[in-house]
Amino acid sequence: MTDATPALAPATSTRVTPAFLVGATLVGLHVVVGLLTLIWTPYDPTAMTGGRLAPPSLAHWAGTDRLGRDLFTEIMVGARIALSVGIGAVAIASAIGVTVGLLAAFASRTVDDVLAATLDILIAFPTLLLAMLIVAASDGASLGTAILAIGIASSSIVARLTRILARRVLAMDYITAARVSGTGWLGIVRIHVLPNIWPTLIVNFALQFGLAVIAEASLSYLGLGAPPPNASWGRLLQEAQATVYTAPFGAVAPGIALVSLVIGLNLFADGLRDVADPTRRRR
Amino acid sequence: MSLVDLTAVSFAYGRGRTVLDGIDLRIEAGRNLGIVGESGSGKTTMLRLLLGLARPSSGQVSFRGAPLDPGDRSFMRGFRRAVQAVFQDPYSSLDPRQKIADIIAEPLRSLKIATDVEAAVTEALASVDLPLDAASRYPHEFSGGQRQRIAIARAIVSQPELVLADEVVSALDLTTRIRIVELLKALSAKTTLVLVSHDIGFVALLCQDLVILEKGRIVEQGAARDILSAPQHPYTQRLLESTPRLPEFA
Repeated sequence: MTDATPALAPATSTRVTPAFLVGATLVGLHVVVGLLTLIWTPYDPTAMTGGRLAPPSLAHWAGTDRLGRDLFTEIMVGARIALSVGIGAVAIASAIGVTVGLLAAFASRTVDDVLAATLDILIAFPTLLLAMLIVAASDGASLGTAILAIGIASSSIVARLTRILARRVLAMDYITAARVSGTGWLGIVRIHVLPNIWPTLIVNFALQFGLAVIAEASLSYLGLGAPPPNASWGRLLQEAQATVYTAPFGAVAPGIALVSLVIGLNLFADGLRDVADPTRRRR
Repeated sequence: MSLVDLTAVSFAYGRGRTVLDGIDLRIEAGRNLGIVGESGSGKTTMLRLLLGLARPSSGQVSFRGAPLDPGDRSFMRGFRRAVQAVFQDPYSSLDPRQKIADIIAEPLRSLKIATDVEAAVTEALASVDLPLDAASRYPHEFSGGQRQRIAIARAIVSQPELVLADEVVSALDLTTRIRIVELLKALSAKTTLVLVSHDIGFVALLCQDLVILEKGRIVEQGAARDILSAPQHPYTQRLLESTPRLPEFA
């Protein structure tokens, strides 16, 4: 090192926050439970295995529902459905949203204005209302329809965020430097735009995942989501509504499952941003 | 030999105000050129035209005598390899998500220059007096002066014939500024420099030729020695008079 070279600062390291660990644990637990139901459940989720509305016991950890089915088994299966909806809806929302957002960011001012106005109109509709309209316009309620509806309804939010983030990146000098270096527009998207916007997008995806889980539960609660005998948490809550005072655990157990997954996703996403973003690392 | 020429170039944004008007400029290999003017004089627009990032409203930009054609990929690849740039703000000219090695190697990869990328990055880092372990770090771990050295390393890694530098020292403190000037002086032995600045004192340290811009027009151009010793245009005289000097004490 020459005289003209000031010493470099100590290297930075990735930080894993306690909130990230809590979030990862909660999400990981739901994933393990959801995957486990593919090969094993305590009982057949459709079989009547105990008395009606039985309280929690060693045989039935969360009690039974009004038809005598094991509630814990149904909640386990519900985790698989919730995760399927979340993954499917976020995949659709991100594919449509990121593509449209990037096109708007790179487009001419006129095209960008039209796309931005369209996105603003779509965002004005609540996700659940838009999803209900899409389900109503389709052949009938099914898990696939719910995933598609929630994914499409969420895509406008992802598109608008992508457009804003990408335009901010495109205004930076390092994009001009990349052009001078001979990097083409596709290379600029791949090397500079996506890596710079994904820490924020990933947080949004996790939030959209949580919202998709809530939206599916809401659609199922209204009878527009996964039809019986699919043990959706929304349908469990809807069925427990009539007996909430006599057998409250029927509503409390799926409610805890739903809330813990959404909180876990939010904490996980926030921590993931810290891990993904080198500028947020500490010395 | 002429590297880049501007011939009767004018530029306006849309139907708005004319930013550059009737510019004739020749950049000769081996003769550093300083483009000096106040804010709003059209310096940065001229730089964008010289880099092929904008197209003139009228007139022609040519590279080695051939007009710049953005549609000719092979020609533009040769142009990009030969003409590189360093930008004013060292905090926004480096991608914060990229490691230094990737930032410096970008021209080599994008221009598909057949070379040992790692060795070229190492050589470029050494040229700007940065240690080798800088390659595996991120921009936020460096000071402003160090970042500007990294930007210079990126500009010279493809061994260009011409490096355009836009206000490269204006965001730096005085000590760092002196070090960057020394670095540029060393680089000018291998490559031609075009320095765009409002600071006539800075460009006078490094350039043989000067162009003085006022409100989008060249008001004076020629050898730096001549312009500095006997400025002809009143605007050039004002620029020289406004250069800060230390007060004289008895």
